[in-house]
Amino acid sequence: MSSDIPNSGHKPDGGSKQPKASPASRPKFWNDPQKRSLLFQTLLIASLGFFFYSVIDNTLTNLEQRGITTGFDFLTQEAGFGISMTLIDYTEASSYGATFVVGLLNTVLVAVLGIIAATILGFIIGVARLSDNWLISKIAAAYIETFRNLPLLLQIFFWYFAVLQTLPHPRQSLEFLGSFFNNRGLITPAPVPEDGFGLVWGALVVACVASWLMSRWAHKRQDLTGQQFPIFWASVGLIIGLPLLMFLLAGAPMSIDHPELKGFNFRGGLTIIPELIALWLALSIYTAAFIAETVRAGILAVSHGQTEAASALGLSKGKTLRFIVIPQAMRVIIPPLTSQYLNLTKNSSLATAVGYPDLVSVFAGTTLNQTGQAIEVIAMTMTVYLTLSLLTSLFMNWYNARMQLTER
Amino acid sequence: MKYDEQPTLPAPANTIGAVGWMRKHLFNGPYNSIATLVLGYFLISWMIPIFQWSIFDADWIGETRDACSGDGACWVFIGARLNQFLYGFYPEAEYWRLNLAFILLMFAIAWLVLPKTPRKGWMAIFLLVIFPVIAFFLLYGDAFGLERVETHMWGGLSLTLVLAVVGIVASLPLGILLALGRQSDMPIVRSVCVIFIEIWRGVPLITVLFMASVMLPLFFPEGMSFDKLLRALIGITLFQSAYMAEVIRGGLQAIPKGQYEAADALGLGYWQKMILIIMPQALKLMIPGIVNTFIALFKDTSLVLIIGLFDILGVGKAANQDPNWIGFSTESYLFVALMFWVFCFSMSRYSMHLERKLHTGHGNRA
Repeated sequence: MSSDIPNSGHKPDGGSKQPKASPASRPKFWNDPQKRSLLFQTLLIASLGFFFYSVIDNTLTNLEQRGITTGFDFLTQEAGFGISMTLIDYTEASSYGATFVVGLLNTVLVAVLGIIAATILGFIIGVARLSDNWLISKIAAAYIETFRNLPLLLQIFFWYFAVLQTLPHPRQSLEFLGSFFNNRGLITPAPVPEDGFGLVWGALVVACVASWLMSRWAHKRQDLTGQQFPIFWASVGLIIGLPLLMFLLAGAPMSIDHPELKGFNFRGGLTIIPELIALWLALSIYTAAFIAETVRAGILAVSHGQTEAASALGLSKGKTLRFIVIPQAMRVIIPPLTSQYLNLTKNSSLATAVGYPDLVSVFAGTTLNQTGQAIEVIAMTMTVYLTLSLLTSLFMNWYNARMQLTER
Repeated sequence: MKYDEQPTLPAPANTIGAVGWMRKHLFNGPYNSIATLVLGYFLISWMIPIFQWSIFDADWIGETRDACSGDGACWVFIGARLNQFLYGFYPEAEYWRLNLAFILLMFAIAWLVLPKTPRKGWMAIFLLVIFPVIAFFLLYGDAFGLERVETHMWGGLSLTLVLAVVGIVASLPLGILLALGRQSDMPIVRSVCVIFIEIWRGVPLITVLFMASVMLPLFFPEGMSFDKLLRALIGITLFQSAYMAEVIRGGLQAIPKGQYEAADALGLGYWQKMILIIMPQALKLMIPGIVNTFIALFKDTSLVLIIGLFDILGVGKAANQDPNWIGFSTESYLFVALMFWVFCFSMSRYSMHLERKLHTGHGNRA
């Protein structure tokens, strides 16, 4: 901004009014904003340079004394510890590099699950907060004010230690539709795809492409003729129906692996560990409270005239919400929503407190402790989160530029 | 024609009073009526057992586990541990020091928050500059004849408050400098500030705390060791200053450009312009934002238990592992939750109240 302009004008001016001022019109060099800023920035660079030099120097000396070699060679060494939940093949013989991938994937898993649940819950609560039914709106308000004002870590602990850990032992599991719920987690029957299941995936892709083409065609036809086409239900039918048809045609190439109680624990099936459930619940419930506030603010930002105009056109309440209010509110909602998604992803690092094997817990925890490569490990972990947040802000800039209202 | 003034008829009976209110807010239309009935049923059937458990069947009086009958909540557990929840492992004879610091803090805050108290500016300076010094000597001791209390004995609610207050007070000046730097004309200063802010805002606090506890000792020469609490405080302050900078930048941007130009026209220098013209106006606008970051920080302080400090949540978690009191984790988490909730909720109400009060301020914000 115009921070230095006044100085250039002011100092010589002020000087000229006083008789003792020197006749020279050239300002002293420390009064010249350009030179001064040059000097200041040089000083800043020099002091930063000195700071980083001494930090790096000290670090290298300290590492040498502790006998730690710097570098990323440790990533290929054998890790030698087990991880309670892995999405890729991982054994104790895998490398430290593999622990990074396992942690990253687990972080992504809980973040994606959390984002989906928090968005659905947050939208419901946010709309409910604006309901004209007093009870619904007060319940939504109570939800928001309760969960927003409690630390996330406390909520994770509550779900993990006070709820999930007090569930019965495997032998007395709660049974529900062939699934078992106990203090070791949720054990559900696992679908096992057999030969020919690839066709079903293929059908799904075809259905997605077809429904996209269909929605384009329907939009074009509506623009031309005004005729509407039930895109939503047709797409749902297509996306569910086509893979299902293919599945049946291929002779149902899938078996189900039912969990069985053997000894003190279950064998087979799909086990969802309690750490994941606790973390997912806490993240979704906590973030949903913030998303609900965002949604409410977004809906309130749509001017009342829009709703009135819609009802003047004879649109029903639901259609007004769907076609008039929500699309306009999204413009306001999406930027804070993305930052909530980012917060959720960053908050998923609290996994380490209950031992869910996410990036921070596995890589910045166990791997760091075993190898002692603090600098490399922390740097890699931070880079992952930084990349995510950078990508998010790039997306937001792009979106804001695209969504800017072009005013008359 | 002759007009007779007729007495005003009363409103229809079903539109006023409790009945009218219910018709309007609970039973306006079939869907709403069904929703009210279903939700009301669930709410009541949930609330009754919760109240039964937490109040009517709960055990309040006693010293040991035997006092708890087991039907309801065992608040005896909380009572027996209350001192730890509040003061951590601070020596019992020195509790008055924590109490005094807390009372001073609350007094200063009440002075600032209540309307119509004189000399708020001086009080703010006291709170931001003098109080931290007094509190340090009160809490740490080792001067003025006070016994030294090592930081590993600090804990509970008092540690939570120490972390949050230090985090906010120390990050304020740093945040102001960063925000000014981000708006500066000097390209290098600006990019250094932007990089600093974006890096800290992009990473989770937990990695910052890990970094502070694992990497900070490596950065300094051999023999220079930091206290564990101090390391956490450095991490929290750096992290928080980035968020603070963004709040302050928001406040600076809300000041109309005319104010900057007017200051320039008066011939004020950069610092004069900022200190005399811009900051006094901007700080007023920033208070809600600062309170909101304070709430976020207050909740985030619970993360220090991961690096081995015992804040109120850490004390609660440790208490659950006491073999004499196994099985009461719900009670202790609920108590900690209540503590956090009371602080955070009242602060968020205050910030909303301020926002409403300030809403009439500048033309370009209304």
